[in-house]
Amino acid sequence: MEKVELIHLRQDVDLPYHWAAGRYGSMMLRALRDRKVILGNRCPQCNKVYVPPRVVCGPCFVQPSEVVELSPAGILAGYSVVNYPFIDPETGQKRPVPYTYAYIKLDGCDNYLSHLVDETDPSRLYPGVRVEAVFRPDGERVGRLQDILHFRVVD
Amino acid sequence: MTDIAIVGMAQTPYRRRRDDANFAELIYGVTCEALDDAGLEIGDIDNFITVSNDFWDGRTISSMAVQDACGSSFDGGRNVSTVEGDGTFGLLYGMMRILSGAYQTTLVVVHCKGSEGNMRLITNGMFDYIYTRPLGIEATGAAALQARRYMDKYKLTEEDFAHVSIKNRGNALRNPNAQLAETLSLDQVMASKPIASPLKLHDISPISDGAAAVVLAHRNVANKLGRKPVWVKGIAHCSEAHFLGDRDLAEAPALRDAAFRAYQMAGIEDPFAEIDLVELYDAYSYMEPLWFEELGFCPKGKGAELIRLGATAFDGPLPVNPSGGVLSAHAVLVAGLARVIEASLQIRGEAGERQVEGPVELALAHGINGPCGQSHCVVILGE
Repeated sequence: MEKVELIHLRQDVDLPYHWAAGRYGSMMLRALRDRKVILGNRCPQCNKVYVPPRVVCGPCFVQPSEVVELSPAGILAGYSVVNYPFIDPETGQKRPVPYTYAYIKLDGCDNYLSHLVDETDPSRLYPGVRVEAVFRPDGERVGRLQDILHFRVVD
Repeated sequence: MTDIAIVGMAQTPYRRRRDDANFAELIYGVTCEALDDAGLEIGDIDNFITVSNDFWDGRTISSMAVQDACGSSFDGGRNVSTVEGDGTFGLLYGMMRILSGAYQTTLVVVHCKGSEGNMRLITNGMFDYIYTRPLGIEATGAAALQARRYMDKYKLTEEDFAHVSIKNRGNALRNPNAQLAETLSLDQVMASKPIASPLKLHDISPISDGAAAVVLAHRNVANKLGRKPVWVKGIAHCSEAHFLGDRDLAEAPALRDAAFRAYQMAGIEDPFAEIDLVELYDAYSYMEPLWFEELGFCPKGKGAELIRLGATAFDGPLPVNPSGGVLSAHAVLVAGLARVIEASLQIRGEAGERQVEGPVELALAHGINGPCGQSHCVVILGE
C-alpha cells in the first residue's frame, strides 16, 4: 500500500478562568487566610459535619446552617505516593516528585479533606496515623486551600 | 398536546458577575424556589436533568457537579441525566423521561456563568479545530457573518436591527431579573461601539451569570397540585450542519422544521393569529426578525418591518420578548429555559409589571445552541 503523509495540527489552548468561591467558599478561605482556621458546617437534620462548608447537605437537602471550627489535626484515611510530575495549575510550576496525596479525616468532621502530606516514606504512612495541618506563615496566606502548605505526620 | 405540564419554575436575577454564589449556591436557590412554586418537596421528584457546558464551567463532566445542589443525591440518590446544550433541550429530555412511563415528575436545572471564563476563547472552541478555529472566529464574528448575509439577501439595514434592541432593552425596564434595561434611541444604537460589522455594542447580548429550574409533571400529578399547570402543547428540536460553510446563514431550516413539528403537535394552523406571545432567543438583535420569520409568523424578510410598525411591541398584537429577551440578559444555556419560564409566567398571569395586556392562552418559547443558531427547540405552552 502506498504511504501517504498524514498531518496533525497542534494548538495549545490556554483558557483562563475566574471562579467564584461563593458564600461558603469565601467564608472557608477567609478563615484560612486570616485565622489559620479550617471551617466546616453541620447539617441540622443528620448532624453530619462537612468540610469544606457548603450550601446543602445532599442526602437531607437542607442547609447545614451551623458553621463550626474544625481541628487542624486528624487521621490519615488514605494516601498515594505519586511518582509522575504534575503542573500546579495555580503556579504553572512543576511539583517535585514524589509527593503524597492524602485523604484526611479531621477530628470532629464526618467527611474527608483531600490534601498533601510531606512524607513519602511508606513505612511512616498508614491508615489511622495522626496528621496535622502546616499553615503558610503570616503574610504568605492569600485565601487558597494551599494556605495549608501540607499536612505532616505527628509522631 | 402532550401529557406534560410545567408545575414549578424559578430563575435567578441575571447579573454580569455573581461572586456571592458559586454554581451549587445558584442551583440550590432556584431548586428550592421551583419546588416551593410547585408546592412539592424534594422527595416528590423522581428524576433530574442537569444542563451545563464544560467549557463555560471550566471542568469536565460539569453537569455532574451540581447533584447535591439540585437534590438528586437526596435520600441515597435519584435518577439523574445530563444535557449539554440549551435549557430547552433539557426540558425536552425531561419530558421524554416522564413519557417513558418510568417517572411522574422531573426537575430540570440549568446554570452558566459567562463571567468566569473567556467568552471569545470558549466560543472559538465550538468550531472545527482544523479549518475554522485558527481563523479566530467565535460567536460574535460568526453572528456578524449571519447578520450580513441576512441583510444582503433580504435588503435589510442596520437600522432595522437597531429597532429590536430599542424594543427589548426598553421592555427590560419592567423586568427586575434583566441585566441591561435602558431607554435607547435609534441614534444611540447606531452610534454604539462597532464590534464586528454590521454588529455594534447595542446589537449584542451581555455576558451574564444565572441559573433556572422548572418542575415537570405528568398529567396524573399535575392535575392534583394547587397551581394552574402550564401545559406543553407542542415541542420539537431540530439541528442543521455544523460547518458554517454548509449553511445559507440567511435561512434557518432547522427552526422552520422545528416550528412546523411543534405547531403540528399543538394543532396550530395560523401561528400569528393563534399564538398570543413569543419569547425567542435573540442573542443578537438581527436574530429576532430572522427567527420570527422562520417561525412562520410572517414572510421571509418582513420581520423587521413588523417590529418597526410595533406589531411585536409590548402592547402590540403579538408581543415578542416582553421580558426584554436575551439582548437584556444572556446566561448561555439558561436563556432558553428563561424564555420558557417567562412565557409560562405570562400564561399564569404572574409576570408582574411585565404581564402583557389581555389573556395569554398560547405562547411560544424558543431556545438555540451552536453557532448562528445551529439547533433550535420550539416549545408551545398553553393553559
